[in-house]
Amino acid sequence: MTEEVMPDRTTGPESQQRWKYLDTILSRPGPFTDPDWEPGPPVRSALQSAKILCSCLYMIFIACIHTLILDRGAGGLGCEILKNLALSGFKDIHVIDMDTIDVSNLNRQFLFRQADVGKPKAEVAAKFVEKRVKGVKITPFCGKIQDKDEDYYLQFTMVVCGLDSVEARRWMNATLVGMVDENNPESMKPLIDGGTEGFKGQAKVIFPTMTSCIECQLDMNAPRAAVPLCTLATIPRQPQHCIEWAHIIAWEEERKGDSLDTDDPEHITWLYQKALKRAQEFNIPGVTYSMTQGVVKNIIPAIASTNAIVAASCCNEAFKIATNANPFLGFPGTNNYMMYTGDAGVYTYTFEHMKKDDCPVCGNLAKPLVVDPDSILQDFIDSLAERPEAQLKKPTIRSEEKSIYYQSPPALEQQTRPNLTKKLSELLTDGEEVAISDPAFAITFKFKLIFKS
Amino acid sequence: MAAPQYYDIVQAREGRDVLWRPKAEVRRSKCRCMNLPAVLWSFVGALPTSSQECNFGSSLRPGRHETRALVIPQDMESPTPPILHGPTSKEKKYDRQLRLWAASGQAALEESRLLLINSGPGVVGIETLKNLVLPGVGHFTILDSGIITEADLGVNFFLEEQHLGGYRAEHTCNLLKELNPDVQGDFITDHIESFLSNQLALKPYTLIMVTSPVKAEILAQISSHASTTGTPIFYIHCVGFYAQFSVHLSPSFPIVDTHPDPLSTQDLRLLTPWPSLLDLARRKTTGLEQMNEHDHGHVPYVLLLLHYLDLWKAEHDGQAPGNYKDKTAFRESVAKGARTNTPEGGEENYDEAVAAVLKSLNPPSLGSGVREVFEAAECQNLTTQSASFWIIAHAISTFHKTHSALPLPGSVPDMKAQSKDYIELQNTYKTKARHDIGEVTENVRAIEKQLGRTSQIEDSEIEAFCKGAAHIKLVRGRPFHIMMPGQMPAWGDRAKFAALSLTDPDSLVLLYIAFLAYDSFISSHTTGGLGSASVVPGENNTESDVEMMASMAYAITDDLIQQSGIAMSASEQTVAKGKIEQYVRELVRAGGSELHNISSLAGGLIAQEVIKVVTKQYVPVDNVCLFDGIMSKSSVLRL
Ligand SMILES: [Zn+2]
Repeated sequence: MTEEVMPDRTTGPESQQRWKYLDTILSRPGPFTDPDWEPGPPVRSALQSAKILCSCLYMIFIACIHTLILDRGAGGLGCEILKNLALSGFKDIHVIDMDTIDVSNLNRQFLFRQADVGKPKAEVAAKFVEKRVKGVKITPFCGKIQDKDEDYYLQFTMVVCGLDSVEARRWMNATLVGMVDENNPESMKPLIDGGTEGFKGQAKVIFPTMTSCIECQLDMNAPRAAVPLCTLATIPRQPQHCIEWAHIIAWEEERKGDSLDTDDPEHITWLYQKALKRAQEFNIPGVTYSMTQGVVKNIIPAIASTNAIVAASCCNEAFKIATNANPFLGFPGTNNYMMYTGDAGVYTYTFEHMKKDDCPVCGNLAKPLVVDPDSILQDFIDSLAERPEAQLKKPTIRSEEKSIYYQSPPALEQQTRPNLTKKLSELLTDGEEVAISDPAFAITFKFKLIFKS
Repeated sequence: MAAPQYYDIVQAREGRDVLWRPKAEVRRSKCRCMNLPAVLWSFVGALPTSSQECNFGSSLRPGRHETRALVIPQDMESPTPPILHGPTSKEKKYDRQLRLWAASGQAALEESRLLLINSGPGVVGIETLKNLVLPGVGHFTILDSGIITEADLGVNFFLEEQHLGGYRAEHTCNLLKELNPDVQGDFITDHIESFLSNQLALKPYTLIMVTSPVKAEILAQISSHASTTGTPIFYIHCVGFYAQFSVHLSPSFPIVDTHPDPLSTQDLRLLTPWPSLLDLARRKTTGLEQMNEHDHGHVPYVLLLLHYLDLWKAEHDGQAPGNYKDKTAFRESVAKGARTNTPEGGEENYDEAVAAVLKSLNPPSLGSGVREVFEAAECQNLTTQSASFWIIAHAISTFHKTHSALPLPGSVPDMKAQSKDYIELQNTYKTKARHDIGEVTENVRAIEKQLGRTSQIEDSEIEAFCKGAAHIKLVRGRPFHIMMPGQMPAWGDRAKFAALSLTDPDSLVLLYIAFLAYDSFISSHTTGGLGSASVVPGENNTESDVEMMASMAYAITDDLIQQSGIAMSASEQTVAKGKIEQYVRELVRAGGSELHNISSLAGGLIAQEVIKVVTKQYVPVDNVCLFDGIMSKSSVLRL
């Protein structure tokens, strides 16, 4: 293990007391610690050993600080994770976020002042936590996780992920799995991932290539089924149908060229009024401004307490993995996934999610997809976005023999476009393997098409 | 063992999928319906074919509800804001949480005044407050006589270096207030004993949180305040990798707005339809066989089921399918009615009807929660002092006696249908629901008159109760265990449950017993002096503390088994005690330390429960919650 020489955490006799609570636990073995685990003997040297333990750690923290900052009333995973890691004794934390501070954030942001406008949120949040927790070094990066390559990710010990987008998690997951080099144990970076929605959440630990990965777990998160356009266009029944109609159809018809800004109250008001009028035509009750905003912006309900629970659970696992102070989730053959629900009492379900041999990211086998041989390629491509096990929006499809369909470059797209109206049975054979790539992901997915008889 | 699938777990519990739904999307393909506006074709990306058919359903899997697509956050009760002004700044600020507890919940939160009695490392209480200040609790007070030390700075986020030597109550209070300018906060630096010497000290607070370590007599004093005033009390432990909290609610803590899953609340009354519903069904299914393809594929499934029930009854002496076998046969008969010569090879409304047979064809029954409310003494013996909850409950139980059913909630799930048919169906249910509410309201007014009550219960309260009647919940709050020196906890009617849990691998009751021993240890080490700090296990000598605490835990276990009267084999007892010893060792190992992550996690759980108690929405923990940060598991026990 490469050890970077870090500045000593304790700078004087006073501050040796600073980590008293942490050091007490790290200096004593417990009934569940590994028999080989060596705590520091007396308190003072335990402090020393705890220091070294932390100083050799690199952490990357990726969070939706975006959420934290836009909706501080609701709290965000990002802020929680940053705070928790700093107070877990981690000293070198990196944070990635792509947003900058907007004037409209200021009224609700104590973290940000007028002078901060235009600055990256990651930078300002990092400074804030550095000020609160002395001795921690937080390196912000303002950008997308996709801007960084393997070499960048290789420097870290662990990745803690609090992303609110499925695409970003899948990208991160695929990158970390792809990085694993069997001859270099250091290339395997544990990924700790958390997410919340309302009173529900989950925290899970992934040891890339060894345990179930985000892609293995993908079918646990079925995408929402889509609303057929016909319902919106001809037989709306729910207020939401009217709002989607205003959002997708009316706007396009009447304000084409205006790009819709869901943060612009004038735009939302316009959609609301359109939806309300349509609802009145069909006698559908219940369209409100708040609902319009919820549908158009796809607002996921959020509360500070669930974020706190999930973020703390993730950081607790990170702490246990780093220190071995107790068994952690994700050790192969043990539980790796905690689901949480808090609307009726407090309920957790902690279990082992099994790795899948046919996982398109970490498995060796192509994943079978049952298809109708008489359906056309266009339908198959559309279905890839909806199938829980695929969820690919812009797929490029190749078989070993030929190019089936390319999204880009334009020349290839044009060349393969005629295939869109062909039946699958004309293009492929039963059981044939295809490679599907998508610009949202760094890797290629392997699927085996099984013809439905 | 096969890995449990997400659907098994969540659907079993809730009947729906929840997490990580990607953005709702409108399907932009497969729709070749001729009457689409021209603009749509740019989305569909293809020109309409010559087909006159609307086959948009063809890529739907059978039985799949197109409208689950838009599982919309529940709308707020708040009035629509003025059209040109948009939401108020408060609605904007709290938008995401208002979608969970609405304006009424927010108002309750803003009216609350919380007291935190903080001790020990004091992190879990502050983390709890953080999660309450962010959503906008009205007022909080921190009582803490502690002085800020170096150790505080390594574990508490709401303190800074410059505060060393100052009062912890003062500085945590100030930094918490920075989180939300709408929240009022203050602090008290008195010792708890002198604070409580004022008889009225606890009176201003609507909810009190106490963190361990705290002396047993102090805890007893606070607990008796809860018993006499009904003020909810949370008693909290957070030690090393473990956390535990107990909630003392009033013995009669009813919740109307439990937020049940929308799918579990469907009450369609297909076996007991009322005349106007039957009439609608007959009108809309007349000439079903002769209908054109479009009309046939758009008869709402509720009406289809009523139609096929009519046919079934005609052949079965007027009896609806009752047992599983009959229901399966009935389902077959519905499925046979579907046309298969359609472009998609089936009909979505029939798919929906078939899928609904087993869950919708049930006679109305009374859930255990409602039954408990109806049977409660408070419901049966009303007095002039009765709370409005009990008056409405009584009125609804009278309604139930008369009709053998609860008032109709009146909501109808979305289903494949023409707009006007769906709206007509919806109105038929709503009208009946309004009629039922009217009858309950009459009952309520009669009771009010009888009791000589001067103020009327609001119509909105009666309406909310009627709509949620099937899912109302009564929590019988009870005091938590206080370990007085040399005494054993009284388990009362929970002894049997607790003793049976000793051998349940999923229960954390053994950890709870370890926490009782933890308190026992503190009680037996308490010195008398004012403001003297408690001695916690593991602070000095770990091995002797383990021995002492373990023997206390074993004594509590033996006593529990005895109180329960349950026979437990020697080997079972040995296994249980072995596990207790591990918990004891881990607690002693911490020496009273808090780990920030565990405090933060527990702070999330406690804040969530405080919000439920304050808003009287959702279902609170009743009455003990434990979290094991080693196994990443929780357990809720009624003890
Ligand atoms: Zn995988």
